[in-house]
Amino acid sequence: MNSWIDLHALWKIVVIGILAGAGLPVLFAVGLRALSARPRLAAVGSDNRPVTDDQLYGGNPAGLTVAVVCFAVVLAAIGWGIYSIVSSS
Amino acid sequence: MNNDFILVLVVITALSFDFTNGFHDTGNAMATSIATGALPPRIAVALSGVLNLVGAFLSFTVAATIASGLVDSSIVTLTVVFAGLVGGILWNLATWYLGIPSSSSHALIGGVIGATLAASGGHAVFWHDLAQKVIIPALLSPIIAGGIAALGTYLVYRTTRSIGKKARSHGFRIGQIGSASMVSLAHGTNDAQKTMGVITLALIAHGTLSSGAKAPYWVIVTCALAISLGTYIGGWRVIRTLGKGLVEIESPQGMAAESSSAATILLASHFGYSLSTTHVATGSILGSGVGRQGAQVRWSVAGRMATAWVITLPASGAVGALAYYATNGIGGSAGVMIIFAVLVAAAVGFYLASRKTKVDHRNVNAEWTGSVAPSETGWAAVAAA
Repeated sequence: MNSWIDLHALWKIVVIGILAGAGLPVLFAVGLRALSARPRLAAVGSDNRPVTDDQLYGGNPAGLTVAVVCFAVVLAAIGWGIYSIVSSS
Repeated sequence: MNNDFILVLVVITALSFDFTNGFHDTGNAMATSIATGALPPRIAVALSGVLNLVGAFLSFTVAATIASGLVDSSIVTLTVVFAGLVGGILWNLATWYLGIPSSSSHALIGGVIGATLAASGGHAVFWHDLAQKVIIPALLSPIIAGGIAALGTYLVYRTTRSIGKKARSHGFRIGQIGSASMVSLAHGTNDAQKTMGVITLALIAHGTLSSGAKAPYWVIVTCALAISLGTYIGGWRVIRTLGKGLVEIESPQGMAAESSSAATILLASHFGYSLSTTHVATGSILGSGVGRQGAQVRWSVAGRMATAWVITLPASGAVGALAYYATNGIGGSAGVMIIFAVLVAAAVGFYLASRKTKVDHRNVNAEWTGSVAPSETGWAAVAAA
């Protein structure tokens, strides 16, 4: 423990900060990508192929499931974050 | 009786500070959402105002830091608190006029410390705590937030390479509504607390509360309302600098920057650090510019901001000290009243000056031409749109 910098708090802020601050938008991005997977190509498992049509589909069941899970995790993380802040004060 | 009158003026001044804090900082939460078109400007500031209000009721760790952590509250008088607030407000108004997103927290802390120094000398200030709880976090927080935002931006762009530009932009604009809301909420948990801390300090100085007491409920409610109202008024000049001046921003960057800001501010609040939401937001926006390949980052604008950050504490401290000498020199309630009148006059002056180069919800997104106030061509573009 350092009397100038609270290293214990600092590393927590950095680690949780990266997980929440960078991790959640990335998860959101994964969800968007899953959502934009093309409906017909999904059967052969090429969700990651570049989409030529410039819109979000949501027509691919597997992609849709992944997207829903991703967005749900993001929302749950935000909810948990708010809860932990309210309950700690 | 006399003292009660001064207390009322001090509380009004504190709430005014909270109000300037709100409009000075609207941009921290909403600048990128407004710049990318995720939210229409006026909806954005309204949403931010409401969430600041909610956030103010969520956590009270930071209020305690300000009330009892930085200066010796047993020798702080009402005049000191008043002079400190005057320093903070004047610095906030000056930087708002120039469109510089400087830290409202540092303006407040600087003002209070300057006034304390003038009143009772260096021994009344907890220097070690000041360094540990304010200065070091101020240096670290923009770097941490910027790093997180840069990492997030880089990964987000990598992840979404395969999505078309229009679809991606659309998706992240929706995401930005969520992330900007979180920053607003975070701002409420952090910044509204600072004024609560100062009013608590004033109540302790007045003798209404005993040393170490927590903020009474009416203080929480009025502070929450003041910051929320200030946020709703919208500091368009600062929003413009943050959203348009610093980095050329797209919605995925906006979401990454806001997520990083929200996470950093909430975590810091949780640990009781009264860090500057402004520093965090600016660091995040810069980071999002670094994280996207080919994004233009205007380092000269960033440099100007950094300079303003460095001089915020001493400058508001100097104004705070001056305000103390003036108030104390005149003496009693007359001193407080006269300086209060000077403050009101200065606020009106800044407002009138700002109207000459007006920035509002209509021209906030005009092309950046190197200054806060959009040039004539900027206005023409707005008129044409």
